[in-house]
Amino acid sequence: MTLDDIDRALLRILSRNADQSTKQLGQKLGLSQPATWRRIRRLQDAGVIAGRKLMLDAEKVGFGVTVFLGVKLATKGRVSLEDFERAVSAIPEIQTVDHVLGLYDYRLRVVARDLADFERVLRRRIMTMPGVGDVEANVLLSEERRPGPI
Amino acid sequence: MLDDIDRHLLRLLQSDPSRGVPDLAQAVGGTPARVSRRLDRLRDAGIFLGSHAVINWRALGYDVAVSLRITLDKTVARAFDDFIQAARSVPEVIEIQTFLGRVDVRLSVIARDLPDYQRIYRDDILTLPHIADIEALMTVASVKSDESLPL
Repeated sequence: MTLDDIDRALLRILSRNADQSTKQLGQKLGLSQPATWRRIRRLQDAGVIAGRKLMLDAEKVGFGVTVFLGVKLATKGRVSLEDFERAVSAIPEIQTVDHVLGLYDYRLRVVARDLADFERVLRRRIMTMPGVGDVEANVLLSEERRPGPI
Repeated sequence: MLDDIDRHLLRLLQSDPSRGVPDLAQAVGGTPARVSRRLDRLRDAGIFLGSHAVINWRALGYDVAVSLRITLDKTVARAFDDFIQAARSVPEVIEIQTFLGRVDVRLSVIARDLPDYQRIYRDDILTLPHIADIEALMTVASVKSDESLPL
């Protein structure tokens, strides 16, 4: 899908804050309410806007620690990949699972209440999974999302 | 802090941020006015920060996603600040994270295809200041990406 300048401005605004009415958005972009609505609809239909995500302050709701894990599988083959993916995806503390190519096979984003809680998740739930080999942990200190090339 | 009803509300909103107050009220068994007040309180406390749209970069033609794990030259006092400031000016960098561990900084980079990635990597990434080492992980597939908190 090709975007014009107004689409780009609309995406930039929505990717920061999706809680505005089409009227408010229209005012910012110099569009009528129906025209704004049509543009949002078109971006959704084309799959460019894939959904909406709630923003919560993780620390204030009790999740003070985020850790990224690089995991290497000890045994490979289609079955072990599928088994591993299914098992890690079912763990609620694991927020994202990416299959990657490079030093590791998977990158996992894990949240925990504190480091002791993280250790519990790592030892009891992740290290016990069949096929898990090398694991590297990096504790997240800060994070910044950028608007991207729009 | 949070009670069970707050957590229930946030769980419902996490799975679908477009749910309206009347619908939420019905789900948690309260009045819309009460639910509104709770949401206002969570907002005022800086817990509930609103919602944002998720952009699917593939739909815009960005088929390549690479995670760059970067070690910085820590003998330079301002290494982190200089590096992050410069990384912000690369449009294809969609995430900047700093870590405690073997990796100092991670950049999420998107590109239209491999030649485009090569151009970004050579011209815009390798020219960033104070890099000691870079490892690249290319994303093959996102298996889980909801980023929900287990409330």
